[in-house]
Amino acid sequence: MAAITLNINDKEHSFDIDPNTPLLWVLRDHLNLVGTKFGCGIAQCGACTVHFNGSAVRSCQLPASSAAGNKITTIEGLSENGDHPVQKAWLEHDVPQCGYCQAGQIMSATALLKRNPNPTDSEIENAMNGNICRCGTYTRIKAAIKTASNSQEV
Amino acid sequence: MSKVKTTFGRRSFIKSVSIASGGLIIGFNWMACKGPAEEGSEELAMQMPDKWFELNGYLKIGDNGIVTIYSPNPEIGQNVKTSMPMIVAEELDVDWNNVIVEQAPLNTEIFTRQLAGGSQSIRQGWQSLRTAGATARYMLVAAAAKQWDVLQEEITVNNGIIEHAKSGQKIGFGDIAKSAAAIEVPEEVNLKENTDFRIIGTSRKNVDARKIVTGQPLYGLDTHRDGMLIAMVMQPPAFGMEFKNMNAEKAKGLPGITDIFTIDTYPEDMEKEWSDVGSFSKLVVIVGETTWQVMQARKELEVEWDLNPELTKEIEILEKSAGMQDASGLESSDIHNSLMAEAGSKNAEVVRKDGDPEKAFRNAARVIERSYNCPFLAHNCMEPMNFFANVSNGKAELIGPIQTPEYAEKSVQKRLGLDLENIDIQMTRMGGGFGRRLYGHFLVEAAVISEKVGAPIKLVYTREDDMTNGVYRPAYHVTYKAALDANNQLTAFHVNAGGIPESPLFANRFPAGAINNYLAESWVVESNISVGAFRAPRSNFIAGAEQSFLDELAEEMGKDPIEFRLEMLEKAKNKPVGENNDYDPERYAGVLKLARDKSGWNSNSTMARGVSAYYCHNSYVAQILDMTVENNQPLIDKVTCAVDCGIVVNPEAAKNMVEGGTIDGIGHALFSEMTFAEGAPQQSNFDGYRLIRHKEAPKRIDVHFVENGIDPTGLGEPPFPPVQGALANALYKATGKRFYKQPFITGLQGDLKT
Repeated sequence: MAAITLNINDKEHSFDIDPNTPLLWVLRDHLNLVGTKFGCGIAQCGACTVHFNGSAVRSCQLPASSAAGNKITTIEGLSENGDHPVQKAWLEHDVPQCGYCQAGQIMSATALLKRNPNPTDSEIENAMNGNICRCGTYTRIKAAIKTASNSQEV
Repeated sequence: MSKVKTTFGRRSFIKSVSIASGGLIIGFNWMACKGPAEEGSEELAMQMPDKWFELNGYLKIGDNGIVTIYSPNPEIGQNVKTSMPMIVAEELDVDWNNVIVEQAPLNTEIFTRQLAGGSQSIRQGWQSLRTAGATARYMLVAAAAKQWDVLQEEITVNNGIIEHAKSGQKIGFGDIAKSAAAIEVPEEVNLKENTDFRIIGTSRKNVDARKIVTGQPLYGLDTHRDGMLIAMVMQPPAFGMEFKNMNAEKAKGLPGITDIFTIDTYPEDMEKEWSDVGSFSKLVVIVGETTWQVMQARKELEVEWDLNPELTKEIEILEKSAGMQDASGLESSDIHNSLMAEAGSKNAEVVRKDGDPEKAFRNAARVIERSYNCPFLAHNCMEPMNFFANVSNGKAELIGPIQTPEYAEKSVQKRLGLDLENIDIQMTRMGGGFGRRLYGHFLVEAAVISEKVGAPIKLVYTREDDMTNGVYRPAYHVTYKAALDANNQLTAFHVNAGGIPESPLFANRFPAGAINNYLAESWVVESNISVGAFRAPRSNFIAGAEQSFLDELAEEMGKDPIEFRLEMLEKAKNKPVGENNDYDPERYAGVLKLARDKSGWNSNSTMARGVSAYYCHNSYVAQILDMTVENNQPLIDKVTCAVDCGIVVNPEAAKNMVEGGTIDGIGHALFSEMTFAEGAPQQSNFDGYRLIRHKEAPKRIDVHFVENGIDPTGLGEPPFPPVQGALANALYKATGKRFYKQPFITGLQGDLKT
């Protein structure tokens, strides 16, 4: 056990936990921020994607100790009112089926658009390839990313 | 208009009506002029009524005109939580913007079939949902007629406003709801003509979408309760094994761990429900404060497992009878494949026979014979199995993802000896179902664990637990034979199908009915590996195999594959062979023609193209797939889908379903496989088990619906099976090789490597 302070969605949180605890479980079990999903636990599915200083990372493989001192953003902190252009594009295209993977998809998509506001089809596919959607909403996800990419706000 | 009896749920209607109470009367449908309020939004919270009036179990009306509609069925991503309330709202004539949707509680007195399975929610709910809306509308109109002293027939309803044009009077639902609740439930009500639909047939957004994209708690795994503990189980490492003993000393001493014990989920004397399919009854349970602590401590548990001779004995006999030297009773994929090939080469149980197929084969100028097979598959819902349970003082509160809450409730009743009315199951949105959550062993396990520890617990499966727990899609094998005469005409057709441990055969489906001499045989091979329904059970393999064979047959006969199918369907329509043909040849042909026309089938294409069509779960789907293969990699350019599911309730969501089913079908046929060695699953996470990803999905999927006004049927399953055939047929065009064995990627990349 160790005292760890994390900056999550612009707020400081202190914990006395095993420093190896993956960020995913800190978010879900300790902060009840359950938008970040548990899918595989081995960074293969992308359901747990969060932003680490603005880049997409798999929180199931990020120990709390490594997250400390960095800026973590989760789906809950992506926008104040759910009105990030990517979230809006997701609503416009009515992307989700079961919806479980979508928070992770959105976090990967927002990180992509931040570093590359006008990605090509293959750039989208490459950036999103680590996020599995078991329902098969891939074509809609791609369409939503393009819509968000074309919006003035990104 | 059509009149329908309101006999369904009548008792509960009256019960619900009696609990409606009085309330304030405020503004006149003031919400109708506002924009759509999203569930959970601040705007909506401001607009919540002071009083609700329940007109029947499906809906309640607020004193300000807001209507809450309860969605009866479990939501697994098929979007019934939006489409089922749309059907109620249609007959109620309410403004959809004034509707709030809530997941209904499990209540078999009110709701007819609270189950997600078989693509039946819309089909089987259609009449009762409409009747519920129409009944409430009747009561609102009757109340207004009474208040104004006018004839009900002279009243019109539009978007939640009741109007009597003659006298110039108007009233909103909110203002008349209290009086409506006192109106006697009518014996029968009128339903709308299809042409009067204003909500059905228009695209409405997923009612949970905002919560999904903002990460709000929705799923079973998101359930949290103060004082809740986390429980995980340990199951035997192989099918055919069981718990022997354990040393939990070290694990017990680790931080946060509160308890380690074993449970027997399904004791031998328990009377099980059909949904009580579980692979391992006796499990090791570890309980602690947080998920990570429990995961860590579980690694320190020393558990000994043993062969279960009760389970392995029969398999050993089977293996020995097949001449296997190293028969152990623990199954492996090699043994499975040998057993299936062996069984498939023999005559089996005749399920259907038309004409004299034996004679036709004897007299054939040419016989074409091909065999197809597929592996076991794990469902791999993105949300692993889990359930919250709080069992204490003779009561059980259960929250989580379950496709069969009604049966799970009975299982808990029998397992814990509780009264049904003391068991409360709340359905959460599910992170996928695909058939896996029909089998609620995890719910029963959670209930047993909670009772034992005397605290609220959340049972969590890891991906590895989930993937190696069984309840798989069975492995199947089918051999088709076709007899051609000297004129290259098809004279007989023979299908011999089986699997481990069930057969995928549908003997009365196409092409039965279209061929004079037809024989269908079925067999099974026993196994200890548990199986269950997987999206479009049995069809999920046999459709692709059959449609591949028909493609090869058309080629052998020198015919266009679509024309060949249409000729057979024409025969099935005009001169059907045999009885019980389980399809409508005209609707079948309809989707093929629509796909052909929309895809530009008869125009030149640089793409390799494959076609397939299938009927299952009461809906018809044809798909045409365009692809290329470059450097071993299949690149799917476009899939054109034509679908006949009757009336399309929510078109954009329906398109989404068809797109998803198409991608899912392609993905499983191309990539996915669960194999076994010594009884143990050889894939346990997404590093070894391949699911289709972004790059591999089709670039484009076009979806076209047949418009025929027929009562709606389901869409969750029907798009999944046929595309596998379209893929196999396109792969042939691209590579010159036929693909008989799933997953196709092995054959594709193996071929190119050699």
